[in-house]
Amino acid sequence: MFKADDLAILPVAQWIQTAVQWLALHLRPLFLAIKWPVQKLLEANIDGLHAVPFPLFVLVCAVIVWRVAGKAVAAFTLLGLLAIAMLGVWSDAMTTLGLIATAILFCALIGIPVGVACARSERVWRIVQPILDIMQTTPTFVYLVPVVMLFGVGTVPGEVAVVTAAMPPLIRFTNLGIRMVDHELVEAGLAFGASRRQLLWEVQLPLAVPTILGGLNQTVLTAMVMSVVVSMIGAEGLGLVVLQGLGRLDVGQAAIGGIAIVLLAMMLDRITQRLARAPRAGHGALRGALARLARGERPAPAADGVSHDPKEAL
Amino acid sequence: MTERLKIEHLYKVFSERPARALDMLRGGATKADVLRETGQAVGLDDVSLSVPAGAMYMIMGLSGSGKSTLARCVNRLNEPSAGRILLDETDLCSLDEAALREVRRNRISMVFQHFALLPNRRVIDNVEFGLKLRGVGAAARRQRAEQVLDVVGLARWAGKLPHELSGGMRQRVGLARALATDADILIMDEAFSALDPLIRAEMQDELLRLQRTLHKTILFITHDFQEALKLGTRIAIMSEGRLVREGTPQSIVLEPGNDYVAAFTREVDRARLFNAASSMTALVPLVAGERWTVLGAAGEDTGPAFVVDTDAHVLGTLDGAQLGAQLGALRAGGALPELDRRFACVPGHARLIDAAAHFGAARAVGVIDESGRLIGRLEARQVLARIGAGGATGVRHV
Repeated sequence: MFKADDLAILPVAQWIQTAVQWLALHLRPLFLAIKWPVQKLLEANIDGLHAVPFPLFVLVCAVIVWRVAGKAVAAFTLLGLLAIAMLGVWSDAMTTLGLIATAILFCALIGIPVGVACARSERVWRIVQPILDIMQTTPTFVYLVPVVMLFGVGTVPGEVAVVTAAMPPLIRFTNLGIRMVDHELVEAGLAFGASRRQLLWEVQLPLAVPTILGGLNQTVLTAMVMSVVVSMIGAEGLGLVVLQGLGRLDVGQAAIGGIAIVLLAMMLDRITQRLARAPRAGHGALRGALARLARGERPAPAADGVSHDPKEAL
Repeated sequence: MTERLKIEHLYKVFSERPARALDMLRGGATKADVLRETGQAVGLDDVSLSVPAGAMYMIMGLSGSGKSTLARCVNRLNEPSAGRILLDETDLCSLDEAALREVRRNRISMVFQHFALLPNRRVIDNVEFGLKLRGVGAAARRQRAEQVLDVVGLARWAGKLPHELSGGMRQRVGLARALATDADILIMDEAFSALDPLIRAEMQDELLRLQRTLHKTILFITHDFQEALKLGTRIAIMSEGRLVREGTPQSIVLEPGNDYVAAFTREVDRARLFNAASSMTALVPLVAGERWTVLGAAGEDTGPAFVVDTDAHVLGTLDGAQLGAQLGALRAGGALPELDRRFACVPGHARLIDAAAHFGAARAVGVIDESGRLIGRLEARQVLARIGAGGATGVRHV
């Protein structure tokens, strides 16, 4: 009888092993070069977050969130942070937060430009799309293997895995946001003589901001999930708390880590969601939100004298 | 008038490789033939027209007729497949990207059907848009934008966001944005089609008012024949990517030329479209005295005759019934009989709907020029024939 195993003649596992070994051996300088900025920024972020005194951190967070995302989310953030502190995992939470903050930064720095390039060129999109498909269907778990081979173990390789896993949604949403900009508006830009650069900065990007922020929300959540998974390759943070709890069959400790992760994830989700849904203030949602933050007041565009009081104009 | 814009044998096939379709079109194939044979959609099929400077040039057609494609070819939002578009002496089709950008920034601006205002920017920033792209400094463009907003009557709304404005006001902003760049050519793509009928009429009047002082060359796309008649100095009618009729509103209504155009002209209110001068009977001197002249129609039936003084001002009329005998007496050197004073005079530019009212009381209606000189006679028979659809002067087929 002919069995399925008789067909197993493709030594793919070996090929990949050889390929990855070759990469690790010959392209070591490249991976070190990738690792270096990640490491520096990650260390700075984590050290920075740890250095901030606990009460000050909670207070500043609550105030910022209040300005950016409103009272309800601020209250939730305040209570959530206090709960994490009461669970006794504050330090681990700060490490995880640093991991995520760094990941967001890298994702934005790489993902948004790539998304823009995809939106502006069919050819680029045709190349990037299948890569994104593969990245998003690959279980997060599987990322760990090549990362360990190429970057080693620890928090910094973990961060590389987090960035890799969290980037695709931002690329997709940026691409989508720019492509979804009303065709007539793009035509208007062109009809008035916009160059490609002007079209991007004056018309497409500002109008794509809400969608891009939606993508950022997805990126944050993916980063959150991934920051737990990478504890398996030695990354520190809340994930490690869970992992250690499981390893010692200490259900209580594992649960504490889990609760803190959920709280942190919900906070980040609510804040980024609110950012994406922010009202269309003078100059796009993000700038509007930041402007409100800076002025500390309700949306009222125009830093120059032409704006009218709504009541006066009516 | 000089020609501002001249379009010569313009073709548009929506395809990367239009060569075969173009050959077919040049060989007389129709849009449907090309679609069947090559699967390519034809937008424009050998369109040639010229737009005089300062004209309100209407491009009229139903959806799918190629009217928007034609307008978008002029600023090359659609890339023409073949042909030339001459702006003054420059062929726009041959411009490279940078030169095209300059033309779009300085010479041609556009108003869009759904306004196409940036929703995240205030009214004033939207108006400044074209100037900003051109690189005009912040203070200068703000000043210009305020000036233009004032012209369209929206100065008080400068700080609002577009969604806070009504449709009509938003399109005023669209118009202001187009005017702000001071381009001499304005493409208005179904600019008023998305507005309520009342607001649309208001905007049409506003555009006519503005055009009296601005003298832009306006290319106005519309599917509404009434709008074309109201606004246009010339109308081009498109169907199936072809230009099927081009001319002044009056000439198109008088001579539709084909069934397609006739279908539009049938419902036209001719009494508002035609003026007295277009329907009057020319008069010739019948008898002249030292200080007067009797004018009547040439030929057998002279009709009521007008007696005018040496400045061609009307003194009165001679009654049609006894006219033969009276003329005989005058030719024999007799004195002027008593003149009938029951006449009316209308200026040549008076619309027939206004002139027709005079037939109630007056026995005869004369047509005069600006200085009051008699230039013709209006007859009820002719007025009726002119304002009726079909028949002698209207649609050829029924």
